Amino acid sequence: MSEHHKTMTFTLIVWRQKGPNDPGKFETYTANNITEHHSFLEMLDCVNEDLIKSGREPIVFDHDCREGICGMCSQVINGMPHGGEKRTTVCQLHMRTFKDGDTIYVEPWRARAFPVIKDLVVDRSALDKVVQAGAYISCHTGGVPDGNAILVPKGAADEAMDAAECIGCGACVAGCPNGAAMLFTGAKVSQYAVIPQGRAEASRRVKSLVTAMQECNFGNCSNHYECQASCPKGIDVKFIARMNREFIKAQFA
Amino acid sequence: MQFLKSSIGRKVLMAITGFSMFLFAITHLLGNSSIFGWLPGGINAYAHHLHSMPSPVIWGFRLVLLVFVCIHIWFGIQLTIENRAGGSQQYAVKAFQKVTFASDNMIWTGLLILAFILYHLAHFTFQVVSPETAALSNLDVSGNPNVMGMVVAAFQNIGITLVYAIAMVAIFLHLYHGIQSFFQTMGWNNDRTISAISGSGKLIAFAIFIGYLAIPLTILVRILK
Repeated sequence: MSEHHKTMTFTLIVWRQKGPNDPGKFETYTANNITEHHSFLEMLDCVNEDLIKSGREPIVFDHDCREGICGMCSQVINGMPHGGEKRTTVCQLHMRTFKDGDTIYVEPWRARAFPVIKDLVVDRSALDKVVQAGAYISCHTGGVPDGNAILVPKGAADEAMDAAECIGCGACVAGCPNGAAMLFTGAKVSQYAVIPQGRAEASRRVKSLVTAMQECNFGNCSNHYECQASCPKGIDVKFIARMNREFIKAQFA
Repeated sequence: MQFLKSSIGRKVLMAITGFSMFLFAITHLLGNSSIFGWLPGGINAYAHHLHSMPSPVIWGFRLVLLVFVCIHIWFGIQLTIENRAGGSQQYAVKAFQKVTFASDNMIWTGLLILAFILYHLAHFTFQVVSPETAALSNLDVSGNPNVMGMVVAAFQNIGITLVYAIAMVAIFLHLYHGIQSFFQTMGWNNDRTISAISGSGKLIAFAIFIGYLAIPLTILVRILK
């Protein structure tokens, strides 16, 4: 392979933590023979192969689909969730965006609501708890309804789909200086609030989601909009504004 | 009560009280600008006009402002403490893409403004900072407290002007983030309005900064005597 491709070498400074109660520390590794076509995760795979061969414990990280849609990969690379490339997850971040010889810091999501499980893997079940609090429609939907049986304006459908683009990776929380989950929760509230099927329970939903968010120890939003910049799906902070709006309206419902 | 316990509810209260103080800042600036002489009798006549209002109006207004200030500060400190405990400051490397100096330091510019308000009240309301030029003990030709004389004497002192200038920088930074933040927290924002709201918020913050700074600076360089 190296005959056909220019290869690169990187110095990785990676957060290693044996378990939730281990204080953890940074370890330095060298990634050799990396091509510009390697994704960031494939680069870590190469490093792990070397670690395993030399009898050391490989770096533990979350990953699944590796095509940017599942929301499992979760690393803060050089201080930016998913590495800071616009609308890109770690698995879709390619090594061509780095320069040969770069030193790269790799850290887990860090927030009070996301305790580290091991190395780069954090417990994101707090996001599930927010969803369980009511980010759904509570009626039985039955079989597939006739097309246009429920009229949904095109604008509302688009808006709901934009909000539903969230893959629940938690980058918004990781990027937020306050560890807030307002973008995630705002997207969940909005995706239902704008369409008729979800509208009926909008007040109840926004109240329980906001309560759940707080119970999970997420921080408070201070409108930095760092979340939108961190989001690999480009979820807009307008959904936070919509959640605030829905929450205020719900007080009078 | 759930509203007052929720982060959004507390932020809404901060937004409303903050925006009220912002409106006060504009009114206060318009009133103070009478020092430039557009009002017959200047700032002395303006001050006399304010103080000749019925005292329930004056004290009612002061009380409401005081309550608003207290709510804003109380929740501001509370939310900040919660955030410092829950945030991401533990990263070894953190490269913020959107956070600004203004948005990151709201608590510090806020506390600086609080300190300034206390000084400002002692200076021009209770007039205990420089009693020899106090307006209440120096009446002008029409028998009104000589506010003009007090203000001019104060800002001819470069130290006092500097204190005010630093405070105005804090107010500028606080409003730079605060004005747009109000609209977002109230939910009066979307992707089509956000850049206009944010942009005009920053412009208005700058205009207030320049407006307030104009008074001490023109006095310091002896344009206004």
